[in-house]
Amino acid sequence: MKGKSLISINDYSKDEMLRILDIAEDFEKQPHQPILSDKVVSTLFFEPSTRTRLSFESAANQLGARVIGFSDANSSSTKKGESLKDTILTVACYSDLIVMRHPLAGSARWASEVSPVPIINAGDGANQHPTQCLLDLYSIRKTQGKLDKLNIAFVGDLKYGRTVHSLTIAMCNFDTTFHLISPDELKLPSYVKQHIKNKKLEYHQYRTIEEAIGKADILYMTRVQRERFADPIEYENVKNSYILTKNQLKGCKENLKVLHPLPRVNEISENVDNTPQAYYFQQAQNGVYVRQALLATILGA
Amino acid sequence: MSKKELNVSALQNGTVIDHIAQGQVERVLYILNLPNYDDQIYLGANLDSKKYGKKGIIKVSNKFFEPEEVNKIALVSPTASIIEIRDYDVIKKGNVQISDEIKGFVKCVNPNCITNHENVPTWFDVTDKKEIVLKCRYCEKNTAKANIEFI
Repeated sequence: MKGKSLISINDYSKDEMLRILDIAEDFEKQPHQPILSDKVVSTLFFEPSTRTRLSFESAANQLGARVIGFSDANSSSTKKGESLKDTILTVACYSDLIVMRHPLAGSARWASEVSPVPIINAGDGANQHPTQCLLDLYSIRKTQGKLDKLNIAFVGDLKYGRTVHSLTIAMCNFDTTFHLISPDELKLPSYVKQHIKNKKLEYHQYRTIEEAIGKADILYMTRVQRERFADPIEYENVKNSYILTKNQLKGCKENLKVLHPLPRVNEISENVDNTPQAYYFQQAQNGVYVRQALLATILGA
Repeated sequence: MSKKELNVSALQNGTVIDHIAQGQVERVLYILNLPNYDDQIYLGANLDSKKYGKKGIIKVSNKFFEPEEVNKIALVSPTASIIEIRDYDVIKKGNVQISDEIKGFVKCVNPNCITNHENVPTWFDVTDKKEIVLKCRYCEKNTAKANIEFI
């Protein structure tokens, strides 16, 4: 993995994913390790994503690396019409690794083909966000003590959420049972279901959280957005079905944890935050350890 | 009448693209960049075919194609066959083959793909040779046969 770009979660084998999780565990025990003090990491955010950028920058800083970059395309030469290739080739002269976020799908793969330094994809349009997927896996393994034989419930927008697609595909490496809770308009696309079928794993579809919450070890929440509905009345009818409240957690499994890629808007009531099931902020914390593991591994520290 | 027929069928040197799927003759012409070709070309469409019902045919005088050129045709007409003729004799006959990867001449169906915005040559893996499904190496979206557009 040393020197190798991470563009898509599909680039990593099951063993490689597990290796990153193991290394992340070491960083959780001891996050401050200045092993990259001779390295410069660039964070190129062609579209803003404050959370992801700060998480990477925190990870790099805790490893002693220096960080350069920009936080939206308006402050880069892209606005003057520079091609992505030229931006990457130039920034590669200034840094040992490039973390990039870009609104166009496939941009990170293209960057990795032209770049002499490794690229970490921090989100390319609706396509991939592999570090999110790895931190989700890390959070699942940490809270459940294992990745095999779990019941994972995904809630909300399963059609457009790339996080859900990547995590579903990654969890197909393990003996997972999937519970898919969404309005009819936002069901998991068939190409993702095909991965589940190919591995002969089980999946069940529901319209409400209540139907599935009792079975879940992990409840992975996502937001149902108004603009996804052709008919606004339809949105009004379903929107409250996908908001998690403290009451709904009664009778859930003891080991249940609620995850969310954040930012949350209203899909998890704030009264859930203080329950033992709420895990979304620790999940964000885990993102730093996972990104430390990736930076250290790819830069060969 | 017989003289006309002779003109059409007797190719001294060149290539016959036979068994073109119905309705695809024009696309095949474009794929092979033949609208700009200045020697003789014969076209036939909706001809009777024992094997396929209806078929198209293109005969191109004094032109021989590289395999990667004719294999592009497989994307719109997997049944097409290629016959090379020299001095009125068939010297080579074969079917078009779908390559494992398709580089540079098919457009990605995803409007948000980087290949539709910057100067990036498209690159697909053929994930289903029967139905013809192309998976973009960049945006990872599939382009199905019905959506194939040539660049």
